[in-house]
Amino acid sequence: MTRIALSSVAAAAVLASASTAFAQTEIQFWHAMGGNLGETVNALAEGFNKSQTEYKVNPVYKGSYTEALTAAIAAFRAKQAPHIVQVFEVGTANMMAAKGAVYPVYQLMADAKEPFDPKAFIGPVYGYYSTPDGKLLSMPFNSSTPVLYWNKELMQKAGLDPNKPPKTWPELGEMAKKAVAAGAKCGFTPQWQTWTMIENYGAWHNLPYATKDNGFAGTDIELKFNDPARVKFIQMLADWTKDKTFVYGGREGKSTALFTAGDCVFHIASSGSAAGIDKALGQDKVGIGMMPYSPDVIAKPQNSIIGGATLWVLQGRPAAEYKGVAKFMSYLASTPVQAKWHQETGYVPITMAAAEATEKAGFYKKFPGREVAVQELTLNPPTANSKGLRIGNFVQIRDIVDGELENVWSGKKDAKTALDDAVKAGNDQLKRFEAANK
Amino acid sequence: MEKRVTFNSRWLPYLLLGPQMIITLVFFFWPSGQAIYQSVLIEDVFGGNSKFVWFENFVQLFRDNSYAHSAQITVVFSFLVAAIGLGVSLLLAVMADRVIRGATAYKTFLVWPYAVAPAVAGVLWGFLFNPSVGIIAWMLQGIGIEFNYVINGNQALLLVVIAAVWNQISYNFLFFLAGLQSIPKSLIEAAAIDGAGPGRRFWDIIFPLLSPVGFFLLVVNIIYAFFGTFGVVDALTKGGPGKSTEILVFKVFNDGFRGQDLGGSSAQSVILMVVVIALTFVQFRFIERRVHY
Repeated sequence: MTRIALSSVAAAAVLASASTAFAQTEIQFWHAMGGNLGETVNALAEGFNKSQTEYKVNPVYKGSYTEALTAAIAAFRAKQAPHIVQVFEVGTANMMAAKGAVYPVYQLMADAKEPFDPKAFIGPVYGYYSTPDGKLLSMPFNSSTPVLYWNKELMQKAGLDPNKPPKTWPELGEMAKKAVAAGAKCGFTPQWQTWTMIENYGAWHNLPYATKDNGFAGTDIELKFNDPARVKFIQMLADWTKDKTFVYGGREGKSTALFTAGDCVFHIASSGSAAGIDKALGQDKVGIGMMPYSPDVIAKPQNSIIGGATLWVLQGRPAAEYKGVAKFMSYLASTPVQAKWHQETGYVPITMAAAEATEKAGFYKKFPGREVAVQELTLNPPTANSKGLRIGNFVQIRDIVDGELENVWSGKKDAKTALDDAVKAGNDQLKRFEAANK
Repeated sequence: MEKRVTFNSRWLPYLLLGPQMIITLVFFFWPSGQAIYQSVLIEDVFGGNSKFVWFENFVQLFRDNSYAHSAQITVVFSFLVAAIGLGVSLLLAVMADRVIRGATAYKTFLVWPYAVAPAVAGVLWGFLFNPSVGIIAWMLQGIGIEFNYVINGNQALLLVVIAAVWNQISYNFLFFLAGLQSIPKSLIEAAAIDGAGPGRRFWDIIFPLLSPVGFFLLVVNIIYAFFGTFGVVDALTKGGPGKSTEILVFKVFNDGFRGQDLGGSSAQSVILMVVVIALTFVQFRFIERRVHY
């Protein structure tokens, strides 16, 4: 009798414990981080999976940002969407406007009762992806901001102090001219010219890119980047092309090749390019500092805005699975994870706590210049002009601006005509976006 | 004797045709129908908010400067690809026709480029002409030509033409060679006896007899330049610099997948479909009657 009782208790215990082993919910995370970055992403997911047993995050590399987004859209239309998809920042307005497809992060965290403190985030990083009243729509993941790089050797050759970079644009012009006179092949070249020379120039100098708080407050907006300050700035760069003080190196990140080849003295590029640049030129030969500003437009710079991508949560999965997604979001925003991500990749940490932890660990002493990005973003509390951009059909608008700037560099148009034409064509795109998302 | 073949069975023909019809329906009619349907809508990226807008997408295209620019680039590009492709391969075919020793070797080498995928051809030529590490770019720099297709739009277009032509030469070559070999030798010999030199023999006898093949190849090359060169453009320049190599088929991809404008992209693809149908109609109407096999 006792034996039967004992064995039935044992059998019941075994059956009860067997059920938890099968209950692991898989969370699909589609991203566009290839190579080294992809391995770091995999390590992050591994860390989350090891820290608990209920959920398993499965990161899948889907190709470029475009390919990942297209795959997610196709999957969503086939009712097989992933839980999380990484989307580039220019797709923010398009993603936001998609009715019923997106599960805003603030709502996700509230529904899953996950602790979530908006104040822990770095201002512009949070602000870019939240509503005008401060509700976070997507989780910032890999953000960067433009910084100034300079070639110390070329500066020395021109008789300039390699540890005193230019603080203003007129200073940069003078130093670049000196360097070119001393033999440098080029004075200055920018990366991602629409992002650095138009969008960030605007934020840095507290000038608007578009009406309605750069698009945050509505979709019936118009572009405003053809203001006198920016026309003057672009015309100055155009004049500099004549004596190679300014050299155009191509769209997106192509111009970095000119800097890493030792041709150019000054380079404004993403803070995320730091690791690659240091490796190419040698860390002690490269200086990293804040972007210069124009003192006739503003007395002191405002703050810069970010680029990069965020994680969006898609609707369409069973409700219970979203709790795991929320836990993963908390994990990603935690200090040790953000500090590790920031140090290994060069992207900006999304919380102040992670930046401080990195500082305490002596990382910025070992890799000087890596803290500049955070400093630029937190220089001042963001204004309506420097919180970020929420522009629909932004990919097409950036292409239009790129094309018009190229007309300026090749001498086909002057700065005013080019920027005015870009605004006109861009406004057409905005009207189409508004019509598609009413 | 009767040339018609008749089947006794009622269902066997349908069964044999079935798989082909299913494939044609699924991979040709369904996507085309979907494109036509989406071209009259404006919708958000996830399809949640579609609006029927009649022909507004098409009207928008005709008002758009960048579409006109892209069409212009495509016309120039097709003309160059067809002219250079046909010209060079005709020359090679005429030369290969006269060779007796090593003929198989020449023909094998001339056919190989066709086996290379368009994207690979783009990457290959991109490497050769790469401004930093390309061997041909380096040689050009040696004789004083600054070749940088990343910045110079005309050079980019030229490079894409070269890569596209290289890929298609084999196809044209084979057809021209077959056409040349079907011309009776007696005609050429008769002309030679009458005192016609090689140039005269070519222009007055060979070229006219080659014209059906030539016209067929012209249409095929134009269709290739419109559609088959997508791989080359994507791998080499992605439509840049500054949209100088954004041919229409690439613009369809760029606007649809990078720009997420499905309505506009579908409208463009419908227009391209009409162009192809027209070209194919021309080809069947005017050529198929005159080619003798």
